[in-house]
Amino acid sequence: MKRLRERFPKAFTELGSPRTRVVKGVIDRKDLVEVCFYLKEELGFEHLSCITAVDWKDHFESVYHLYSYKTGTTAQINAIIPHDDPKIDSLVKLWNAAHYHEREAWDLMGVVYEGNPKLERILLPKDFLYHPLRKDFPQETERQYISRRKLKTGGR
Amino acid sequence: MAEFWVNMGPQHPMTHGLWNMKVKIDGETITDAAPEIGYLHRGYEKIMEVREFQKNVVLTDRLCYVSSITWSHAYALACEKMMEITVPPRGQWIRVISLELQRIASHLMWLAAYGPDLGLLTGLLWALRERELFLDLIQLLSGARMNQNFPRIGGVRNDLPPDFDKYCAKITKHFREKLKEYRRLFHESRIFLMRTQGVGRISLADAINWGVTGPNLRACGHDVDLRRLEPYEAYEEVDFEPQVWKGGDGGDSYARFMCRFNELEESCRIIEQAMKKIPTGAYRAKAPRRAEGEGFARTEDSRGEALFYVIGDGDDRPYRVKIRSPVFCTMAATPIMLRGNKMADVVSILGSVDVCVGEMDK
Repeated sequence: MKRLRERFPKAFTELGSPRTRVVKGVIDRKDLVEVCFYLKEELGFEHLSCITAVDWKDHFESVYHLYSYKTGTTAQINAIIPHDDPKIDSLVKLWNAAHYHEREAWDLMGVVYEGNPKLERILLPKDFLYHPLRKDFPQETERQYISRRKLKTGGR
Repeated sequence: MAEFWVNMGPQHPMTHGLWNMKVKIDGETITDAAPEIGYLHRGYEKIMEVREFQKNVVLTDRLCYVSSITWSHAYALACEKMMEITVPPRGQWIRVISLELQRIASHLMWLAAYGPDLGLLTGLLWALRERELFLDLIQLLSGARMNQNFPRIGGVRNDLPPDFDKYCAKITKHFREKLKEYRRLFHESRIFLMRTQGVGRISLADAINWGVTGPNLRACGHDVDLRRLEPYEAYEEVDFEPQVWKGGDGGDSYARFMCRFNELEESCRIIEQAMKKIPTGAYRAKAPRRAEGEGFARTEDSRGEALFYVIGDGDDRPYRVKIRSPVFCTMAATPIMLRGNKMADVVSILGSVDVCVGEMDK
């Protein structure tokens, strides 16, 4: 963590260790490839475990979980993406595992990973038009929470 | 000769589920491959956002119907890290026992599917016969053979039933005897060896770069087991050996088979130890209804590394849940394993990867 702070004094808006053997950093999307390259080549985080896209209503976040097999530590990198321009650089040049994770994140959340050679639908049908994990995609919540009283009295 | 694409699936005896493996062949040799998945997508991550934390255990059970407890446990662990609660020691040990029972049941299901893939029908019958014993144990513990709904956020649902240690000891002893027979059945079968050895090779560097985990990575000779590297629950106090391929030059179907096969016996050892070491006391801690923050947990699932990333925003439902399925990542690497092999070896290679479509498609 100290080395990260020395190497990138400006990139991290937040850097800390929420639990033992976990490092968490928040960065802007433009520094992503540089930071990840450093993490992989210099600090030995060789395993890209997961890419998650999160919709925070005012911005998107792309969360990367990296893992080092040698030291057993996890690095969690949150990259901030503006809501009106959901684009971020792809990591396929560093990890081939990013191919599928990025396809899935684009499929379900609609974050465009620039540089991914095959950004297609992977879980949903090819002619599907929406990105269902976004918070503005409607979800039938009411139906699951009808209580017996509500049924008897008609909601009163 | 002209190359052309062949669809293996969505309905094919090889697929063990519903997905499609497109292979490009030149005569008999595979030059390229492209998995096509998503036939079983049920939108889990979206459904989980409108259910309460505790109720989601029912859903995570159905991620993979042959290893429900391991998946629900991973979800419960992630929620516990977010809520910052610790499970009482007895709860942790019960979890270890149930996880290992489930791992054996899952591996036996794989073995039962892999045998007939390669023309060894006896493998199916024997493995399912022994799997029934472990399902009985799980039923005794949780009341159900499949989709047990057993782990809870903060512990497990119920305590061990009376005399459970005796039943466990009896069945593991019996199973170890049977494993010797299995060994002879598989390892002395010339056809089985010919069809698995040297087929579907993947190098260690490739495997790490593509995100292959679990027994498939250990088959490349890399000693990684999350139960050792990042011990969760009571695995720190258990003496066991991660099953790594030691024969050098691994990464083929046979190495993957060996790693999984040896894990069966290792899991028996863990269960026997856990039964001796289990303390008395509470088995479940109280979990808060609402939570804020984020938590992730990675566990050693029977197929590789399972990761749950849960975010809560102060409500009683998760704001976002992310499921990292090991098979989903392994599937990305299958074209590398397939290239250069013969068409008939597709079955042998994909069978050894242990595909479970439920967790892959979410």
